[in-house]
Formats: sequence, structure tokens, C-alpha cells
Amino acid sequence: MGGDKPVSDTRTHNTEDYLRMYKQMVRIRAFEDNANQLYLSAKMPGLTHMYSGQEAVAVGICEALTDEDRITSTHRGHGHCVAKGAEFKAMFCELLGKEEGYCRGKGGSMHIADQSHGNLGANAIVGGSMGIATGAALSAKQLGKDFVTVCFFGDGATAQGLWYEVMNMAALWKLPVIYACENNGYSEYTKTEEIAAGSLTARAEAFGIEAFEVDGQDVLAVNELTNQLVERCRNGEGPFFMELKTYRYHGHHVGDINRDYYRSKDEEAEWKNVRDPITNFGKWLEDQNILSADELVAINNEIKAEAEAAVEYALNAPYPDTSEVDMHVFAGVDHALDYLGGARG
Amino acid sequence: MTREVTFSKAVNEAIAEEMRRDPTVFLIGEDVAEAGTPFKVLSGLVEEFGTGRVIDTPISEPGFMGMAVGAAMTGSRPIVDLMFGDFIYLVMDQLCNQAAKTHYMSGGKLKVPLVLRTNMGATRRSAAQHSQSLQAIVAHIPGLKVAMPSSAYEAKGLLKTAIRDDNPVVIFEDKLMYQDKALVPEEEYLIPFGQANVKREGRDITLVATSSMVQVAEEAADALAKDGISAEIIDPRTIVPLDEETILNSVRKTSRAIVIDEGHQSYGVTAEIAARISAKAFYHLDAPVIRMGAMDVPVPFSPALEDLTVPTAAGVADNARKICRGELLHAA
Ligand SMILES: Cc1ncc(C[n+]2csc(CCOP(=O)(O)OP(=O)(O)O)c2C)c(N)n1
Ligand SMILES: [Mg+2]
Repeated sequence: MGGDKPVSDTRTHNTEDYLRMYKQMVRIRAFEDNANQLYLSAKMPGLTHMYSGQEAVAVGICEALTDEDRITSTHRGHGHCVAKGAEFKAMFCELLGKEEGYCRGKGGSMHIADQSHGNLGANAIVGGSMGIATGAALSAKQLGKDFVTVCFFGDGATAQGLWYEVMNMAALWKLPVIYACENNGYSEYTKTEEIAAGSLTARAEAFGIEAFEVDGQDVLAVNELTNQLVERCRNGEGPFFMELKTYRYHGHHVGDINRDYYRSKDEEAEWKNVRDPITNFGKWLEDQNILSADELVAINNEIKAEAEAAVEYALNAPYPDTSEVDMHVFAGVDHALDYLGGARG
Repeated sequence: MTREVTFSKAVNEAIAEEMRRDPTVFLIGEDVAEAGTPFKVLSGLVEEFGTGRVIDTPISEPGFMGMAVGAAMTGSRPIVDLMFGDFIYLVMDQLCNQAAKTHYMSGGKLKVPLVLRTNMGATRRSAAQHSQSLQAIVAHIPGLKVAMPSSAYEAKGLLKTAIRDDNPVVIFEDKLMYQDKALVPEEEYLIPFGQANVKREGRDITLVATSSMVQVAEEAADALAKDGISAEIIDPRTIVPLDEETILNSVRKTSRAIVIDEGHQSYGVTAEIAARISAKAFYHLDAPVIRMGAMDVPVPFSPALEDLTVPTAAGVADNARKICRGELLHAA
């Protein structure tokens, strides 16, 4: 391991930061609970991948970033999106294919992008954003800007060759990019140890990239480390790699319900009962006398109500007009089919 | 003797039979073993053949595709499972520069007997990177054979032929058809490549349709029959090689043709087949050949938009009525 394991450092934070981190984690959980419910009640088109259980990763990292800083996200991207500042209504509208969605219904769950907060988009191709994130970092360098890019991906994505190509270039050119691998122990229905040889941190280190392992269930640890790395990226010391140990509570996607054959119920219960990032951070806030138990409950309820209202709103929101189907194919072209020269026939 | 089986079961049977027959056949891909793929098409195979011949890979498509090419060149007969047809872009070099060209570049000395099984088809609300029908892209490359089964019967017979073929073969299965049932013989059978199936005979118009578009054509033909229009349906079954003769014979009889395929319309499978009909049955035609492919846009997620992008039975019937009435769709 290249770097020192960071310890949670309370001195660099104030109460407001803690509160926001707690709320953001609860918001992600509430968003996912509602998205899952939409699927179970057959109100959502297609499938979606739940982020529940991994909240401390997205929040710990995104709280260290500004709106100018960019992220690239994955098929399991709702958490990154919320943590980077997105709002519920436009997200639920996107999940339901509605006009007011972040992508006017064209992208859906696996392609939400939120330009206003620097989210360059979720991606349905595993590892598909590794080039994009590194390219954003190259762009920062070319343009003389000081934004940093965080590339989120799963343990399964480390098997994509693209990662090794871009790590090499990022290291050669000292690009301000942080590769954040959320190791949730599974790649679809397969355990990580069956698909990854050796150590992930050693792979980054082979390119001379400083690598860190961090407890992805500890929001303060994640945030502290990210703060340091972002700062160092801005000083031209990038790139960096972090492996965040975490766990997904649901199946690979919402339809993956009978999963005993690859993962035991005991294992799931252990993570949920002992290592839940929200419960544990809530307890810590209580211990530190930052929030009372009643205040925590009030926050949870308020966010739950907000999420339910956003779902209601999205369910009643209109679909895009059918004329939008051939819009946005090309920049600068209103309707592609007119532009393509007789392609309508 | 026949019995009804699902498309998915037919694929599974074809692979199991060929693996029993030929010990050099093996299966490789993501979550093919215990999980049996996300569509459960391969369930049970690892129990019979073990993890030595049903091989789970990391998410390394170019890697295992390239390994399949090398294995095929050295005596194995790999079946590669590519979870979604959209991932073909990741394996393009191994497939098109390596697998497709090796036999030719070696002056016929090296063979690459491999099968790439993958899928296609929109309207599952899976958005632009999990909904594409990319058969035209590989059909464009000399050296690759391309099969597009339209039912469980074709799925089994074509796959068995593919596994025994000494060339790289790409098979596109429409993922919306996996649970569809058809009559499949108990006994062993193979469907030769380059032999179209006349799915339904008719007099007035030929509907050439691939994969699930055969169902669309059948529904259109039923509607047309009510209007007194008799449609003939031709399923090419393989687009490389293409059974041109069966298609041309049909058009010479009906004098009209609509070609339907779920790939994008421009520069696609429909364009190729329509061009061959126009060039070789020109003097028999009473109307221009109509192409119907997917709209030239990435597949949108929203249900309100996605359904507009694929050919429908109503659309096919509508076009058929127009050309049968002598309304030249493309008259200036
Ligand atoms: C290139 C590519 N191959 C395969 C898939 C199918 N697929 C979707 S998610 C997934 C597993 C990803 O695992 P991981 O990177 O660990 O992310 P997690 O789902 O655990 O968040 C696979 C194989 C895909 N979308 N893209
Ligand atoms: Mg994972």
C-alpha cells in the first residue's frame, strides 16, 4: 500500500458539514427505497441498480468536490448523482422517462447526467467512463483549469483493459484524476476474488500511482482521504487510486431477488446490521452530542416525505412529445431525420 | 416427434448436444456458469460439463474474445457468450481484424472455428447502450458468417450448424424472444446456412423479415389478409450467406417487396437486401422496394419515444397497402 491509512479527523469539519453528509446519505437511501418500490409496483420502465449500502462512498467523495469538479458514474449511479447535488424530482422524472427528467427521458436510470453539478453521466458500459474521466482531467490541464475529476467504477470494472491504458497516460502526464473503485465484493453474480487476480492497489502502484485502501462504510474516513487527494491533484500531484471496501444491499439489479445461490442471507444481514454507514454515522453524531436521536428521526422523516412527494410529482409528469424522438442526435441540428437527407422513408 | 420449447431452451439444447458430441467445444463468457447468464439461457450446462468447459470470465470482453480466436486456431471450438449485442463494439478488433481475416491472410492454412453468440432488440426500456441491433456492422466484414434465428426451431438448428462450421459465425438472438415457444423436433436436426425459409406463401407482396421482425411481418400479413392482400413472408435465417435466389423468386412472383430488419435503417441489412432485389428483379417490380429498419437515432429510454423507433406490424401493413394500391411511396 502506497499511502497511510487516514484517520477520521474531526478538527477539519464543523457541524454543518456533518449534517450535510448525514442528510445526503439518507437522501440516497430514500431515493433508492422509492426507486425499488417503483420497480416492485411495476411503475418503472426497465430495470435499475440500487446503490443502497454504498452511500458513504459517494457522499464522502463528493463532499470533497466543488460543482466545477467532475465525476463519471456507473450503472449503479443514483448515489453519485444525488451526492453531486442532483435533486429528486428531475431524477425520478428521468427514471420514469418523463420530459422533466435530467435527460428529458432519453437516458433513464443508467444514463443520468447532471451538467450543472459536474456529473458527466452514468454509463451502462462497465468501465466505459474510464477514458472519459481521464480525458476530462487532460482537458483541465490543457485549459489551465484546476478542476479535479473522480472516476467511479466497481471492482468488476477493473477487468477492463481500458483502465490500464488510461492509468498509464494519467501517470505519465500527471493528470488530476482520482480513480475510485467501489469494491462491493461482487461483479454481477460472481465474487470479486473469482474475477480479480492479485491486488487492485498493486495494479495502480505498478504505474507509479499512489494507492489507498479505505473503509467505504466510514463517511468521515472517505471524506478525509478525498480532501487530501483533491488538494494534491490541484497541486499537480495526481493521479491517485482508492479502493473503497463496501457492500450493495440489494441484488445486482432490482429484479435479482433470489440470490442465495451466490450470496448468503447471513452475509447480507451482517453488513446491514453491523456496518451500515448511515446508522453508524448517526450513532457517532449522537455520541458527539451533535444531534439527538429525535433530531435524527426528524431528518429521516423529512427526507422520506420529500422523496415521496418527488415520486408523486414524477408519476404525474408528462412524457416528452413524440417529436423529441429525433432531437439531440447531433448538436446544432433540431431534427436528425430531416438533416439525414430522406432518412424518414 | 416434436414438442414445444422456448427459444432459450432450444439454444441450451443445441449447445449441450454439441458439447456432448465434440469434446473440443467449450463455452466462455461472463456469468455463464453458475448464473447461466442474466437471461438464464445457459442454466444447467455447468452442472453437466463442469467449470472446465463452461468458463466464467472477468468483464474483459476484448480479452476473452481474443483468447477464443487463439483457441479456435489451435484445435478448440469455442462458443463465446457476449452478454449484450451492444458490447460488440468492445470486441471489434479481435472479431473483425483477427477472427475474420486469419483464414484469408494465411492463404487458407489457419482456421478460426468459433461462434460468437450475442443478442439484439429494443423495446425492453434498456436505453441506448443495451438495445442495439448491430448485425449490419458485422455482416459488412468479409470472413464472418451471420445468423439471425427467428424462433426456437431456427435457434437450435442454426446454432448447431454454427458450432460445426470452420469459420467465425456471429449469431444474434432477439432477447425479447427468449421465452417464446415453437415446435422443435425431438430428433437431431441442423439448418444449413444460406437457406431462407418461406414462412408463408402469398401472391401480392413479399415481406423479407429477419429475427423477431418475422413476427411483425406475420402480424402484418394477417391484417393484410383481411383486406384481401396476400403477403408472402421470407425469413433469410442467415444474412451472410444470403439466400438471394429464394428472395428473388418470391419477388418475381409478387412484384413488390418490403424488407424489415431491426438494425438502423441507413446503411443497414434492409439496404443490402433491397439493393439486391432492385438490381436483380428490377423488371419484375411494380413498385420501389421499401426498407423498414430502426429509426436512425440512438434507442431512447422513454417508453413514449422508444416504441416509435422500431418497425411495427401496423407500419408494415400500412406501407404494404400503399404499394399494393399503386401509391409509389417515393414518387417525387
Ligand atoms: C462492457 C460491459 N460488460 C458487461 C456488462 C454487464 N454488466 C453490467 S454491471 C456488471 C457487473 C459490474 O460489476 P462492478 O464493476 O463490480 O459494479 P457493481 O455492479 O458491483 O456496482 C456487468 C458484468 C456491461 N454493462 N458492460
Ligand atoms: Mg462490484
